[in-house]
Amino acid sequence: MNRDQLARIAVGDDERGGVSRRAFIKGSGAAAAATAIAQGAIVMADEAPTSTAVVGPEATAITMTVNGRQRTVSAEPRATLLEVLRTQLDLTGAKPVSSDGSSGASTVWLDEKPVSASTTLAIECEGKSVRTVETLGGVKPDPVVSAFAAHDAMQCGFCTPGFVVAVRAFLDKNPTASEDEIRAGLNGNLCRCGTYANVIAAALDVVKGGSNG
Amino acid sequence: MKAFEYAAPRRESELAGLFSGRPGATAVLAGGTDLVGLMKKMIVAPDRVVNIKEIASLYGISADSAGVTVGAVTRLDEMLDSADLDAFPAVKQAIRGINSMQLQSQGTIGGELCQRPRCWYFRNGCGLPTELGRMVERGDNRYHAIFGNRGPAKYVSASRIAPALVALGASVRIVGPASGEAVEGPPKNGAPVAQDGNALGEAIMPLADFFVTPRAPHQGETVLDPDQIVTHIHIPRDEQIASATYEVRQSEGPEYPLAAAAAALRIEAGVVTEARIVLGQVAPVPWVSEAAAAAIVGQAVTPESARAAGEAAVARATPLSQNRYKVQLARVSVERAILQAAGLETGGF
Repeated sequence: MNRDQLARIAVGDDERGGVSRRAFIKGSGAAAAATAIAQGAIVMADEAPTSTAVVGPEATAITMTVNGRQRTVSAEPRATLLEVLRTQLDLTGAKPVSSDGSSGASTVWLDEKPVSASTTLAIECEGKSVRTVETLGGVKPDPVVSAFAAHDAMQCGFCTPGFVVAVRAFLDKNPTASEDEIRAGLNGNLCRCGTYANVIAAALDVVKGGSNG
Repeated sequence: MKAFEYAAPRRESELAGLFSGRPGATAVLAGGTDLVGLMKKMIVAPDRVVNIKEIASLYGISADSAGVTVGAVTRLDEMLDSADLDAFPAVKQAIRGINSMQLQSQGTIGGELCQRPRCWYFRNGCGLPTELGRMVERGDNRYHAIFGNRGPAKYVSASRIAPALVALGASVRIVGPASGEAVEGPPKNGAPVAQDGNALGEAIMPLADFFVTPRAPHQGETVLDPDQIVTHIHIPRDEQIASATYEVRQSEGPEYPLAAAAAALRIEAGVVTEARIVLGQVAPVPWVSEAAAAAIVGQAVTPESARAAGEAAVARATPLSQNRYKVQLARVSVERAILQAAGLETGGF
C-alpha cells in the first residue's frame, strides 16, 4: 500500500506497548477496512525517541555468551553464527550442510532454544547466549551422547552433532516422549546415511533409562 | 551473501529513521529461516538488514474478550505452547504441520506470513513473475498453482498458517513510512517526525486482503511496499467457530504441503450456518473458496456434505500441464478440513 494509505502515528511510542494493543484491537474488529484506519489512541513516551545505530558492512565487534563464556568476535553483519562458531571460536561441532537450515546439522541453542546456526546471523546474537554440542561432551558426556555411541547411531557422522543437540533439546521439553513423538520431534534433522532407526533407539534409551536429566 | 549494513531497533518508532524508500534496499529480518537462505543465494541482496526481533512491542501474545493479538516476532513454538490459542485449532494444527523443532523455535509468525514463494524457478534466480509465467507454463510446474494462475504469477503462496488465519477472519497491522501532515505538533527533541519525510504510519486490514497476485515484476506477493512491515496479527474470538487445517504432504519431513485447506465453521443445532474455507498451496494467494462455503452452509457436516464442498471447491480449477493431481489433493484437503473442524473422523492417514 502506498504511503498515503498509512495513517500517521506518533513516534515516541513507549517501550512497553508501541502503539497500544487496545487501539489495534479496536481497529481490527469486524468492520476493519482495507484502507488505513485513523488512529485516535496514541501512546506518547516521556523521553525522546532514540535512534538506532547502523553498523557494517565492515566487520564490527559482537559480544555473546558462548558455552557459558563471554566472547567478543569481529565479524561482518553478513557472517552467520555458524561461520563465527567454526572459524573464529574453534567450535566445529555444528556442521555446514544445507545453506538454508533444512538439514538441521547446524543446530545449536540460542537463548536455550534449538535454532539453525546457518540461518542465524552472528550479529543477531549480540548479548545473547549460545550453547553448542561441545557442552554435551567431555569426560562425563551427556546421556544422549553415550546413547548415540551405544546404539551406533551414526555412519559418516556429519549429521550427528545436529542430531545430538536436537535429541537433547527435544527430550528436555518432552522428557517422557514416545517413539512416535520422538520421530515427529526430530523431523527437522536429516541423515543421508539413513541411521534414523538407531538415532531413535538412542533417544528412546535415554527416555527409558531415566537418565534424561 | 552480499555485504550489508545492519540495525536492530528496540522500538517501533526507531524504524522511521532506518528505511531508505528504495525497493529492495532494505530487508526486514525476523526469524531468518527464509531470508538468510535467500541472501546466501543472492536471490535477495539488500544494502541494509533491519532486525525487528529486538522491538519489545512486536513480541508476545495477548488475549482479551475481543480476541488474541500476536506480535509479529513471536516464535511459532510459543504460539503452540500458548493456551490463548487453544480456541483456534486450525492455527495450532498448521504450526504443528511445519514439522521441524528448529523452524518452530526460530521462525516467527510475521516471517511465516511474509516468506517468499518456494517456486523453484524463483529460488534459482528467475525472478517473480514476469516472463516466468511462460517459463512455468511450458516447464516443470508440478508444484505450481491450480487456481488464480491465468496471469503471469503461477507460483503458490508459501504461508502454511495464512489459510487458517484468513478462515478465522484475522487482521494484520502494518507500519511503515507515511506521507501527509503529521497528526501531532512539531517534532520534539529531534524526533524524526516529518523532518525527513520518514514519519511512521499504520494501517490495519483483513489478512485476506494482505496477499495479492502480482501482475508485474515490481509488485510483490503482499500489499507491503518497501519499508513496510507487519507488526501484529489479530484473531477475533468467537466461541461458536470450530476450525481445522488439513495438509496433504508428500513425506513426514519438514516439507511444504502439496495442497492444504483450512475450514472455520459456525455450527448451530447441528447445521453449518456460516463457513469460511481457504485453500493453501494451490494459488498465488491463500485461496478463499466461496463455492465450498456455499456448499456446506445450511448442511449438517457429514462425509457426503464435506465431499460435496470439496468438489465445489475445485470445480473451477485451472491446472497446468503437470499439476492436475493437485486438484484431487485440494478437494480432499477441503473435505477433510471440514470433517476435522466438526470433530469427525477424516479418514485417510
